[in-house]
Amino acid sequence: MDINQFVSNFAECFDDTEAEAFSPMLKFKELEEWSSLQGLTIIAMCRKNYGIRISGAEIQEADTIQDVYELVTNKLG
Amino acid sequence: MATFIKAISYYLPETILSNQALVEDFPEWSVEKIAKKVGVVNRHVVKSDECASDLAEKAALSLFDEWNVDKNCIDFVLLCTQSPDYFLPTTACLLQRRLGLKTSCGALDFNLGCSGFVYGLALAKGLVESHTASNVLLLTAETYSKYIHERDKGNRTIFGDAATATLVSSDGFAEIGSCELGTDGKGAEDLIVKSGAMRHPGRIGDMAYDKSGNPVSSDHLYMNGSEIFNFTLDTVPDAVDKVIAKNNVSQDDVDLYVFHQANKYMLDCLFDLMEIDEHKAYFYMSEVGNTVSSTIPIALSEARKEGRLLGNVVVAGFGVGYSWGGCLLKCR
Repeated sequence: MDINQFVSNFAECFDDTEAEAFSPMLKFKELEEWSSLQGLTIIAMCRKNYGIRISGAEIQEADTIQDVYELVTNKLG
Repeated sequence: MATFIKAISYYLPETILSNQALVEDFPEWSVEKIAKKVGVVNRHVVKSDECASDLAEKAALSLFDEWNVDKNCIDFVLLCTQSPDYFLPTTACLLQRRLGLKTSCGALDFNLGCSGFVYGLALAKGLVESHTASNVLLLTAETYSKYIHERDKGNRTIFGDAATATLVSSDGFAEIGSCELGTDGKGAEDLIVKSGAMRHPGRIGDMAYDKSGNPVSSDHLYMNGSEIFNFTLDTVPDAVDKVIAKNNVSQDDVDLYVFHQANKYMLDCLFDLMEIDEHKAYFYMSEVGNTVSSTIPIALSEARKEGRLLGNVVVAGFGVGYSWGGCLLKCR
């Protein structure tokens, strides 16, 4: 699993924020576009691309895209 | 013996809550964003003196009128609601009287949300096939708007109030096939109104705002959106597979999928995950919103008007409880 590809998949979950704004250390919940609906989009992306189920609480605990990446990689085993 | 849906009608309260009005209350929302993501443009909400029984009565009267149904044929009333007029008596009993139905009519309420219509079909089919009743009036009526806090942007955007009336009988336009039902009470806290009933009779008064600025209160409707989303994606595909297998058809034989109209984003994800062709996926929420147990009968009614209710139609409801149910309708 590649962090750059994960960041790219993560960026596709957002409509209004430019792709260049996304990096592993981005604190995504500070984006103006962030909402609880955006959280569902990330949950769906992780299911579709990696077959991994993450919860809303886990997204709440994560600060950066790297945190979500590590969550998914840990669940992938 | 086969059991059929013979008629369906619905009623929406007069007051409309538009996206424009929501954006005035929540300036950070945009009209376009709500319509695109949630799929709802308008939703109808009751006035403070309107109750589920009022909506259900109007839906039933529409059914009698639009389908030329003789009310004297009704020998059972099933009402699905989570917002009854009273703790007791049963709202279905009030409706027997108000609709002028005969006193030899059975009547009961059942408390389910978004799975309620499918459960109602299963119960009505059982009543008809056991010869307990011949013509079951299945009503769904909900006034969730009364449970929602005025600053709860998400739930005010999604939910609308409505009622539907369906006549289930030994003939009709849609044969009710085998149903697949399920329950998992572990999700009880994910969609709940905690106070008001006997566990917490008075108001708890613990209103607080979460990190996103949304009110969370035991005295109002609380929905954990991400958990409901995960539950739906975990449960519905398997339930639908079981409905298809139980009715001895294949996925290719299904002509239309009419799921609970939770919100557009949820259904898009579900249809994508299940690899269901776009032309077989039915949507009807933009003018009504998520009307809980009424979404499926409203969608069936509209699909029929559009001439799309033909062949094998899979219906599936899922939500509060957790509770879910699916069924195959063989439509003429």
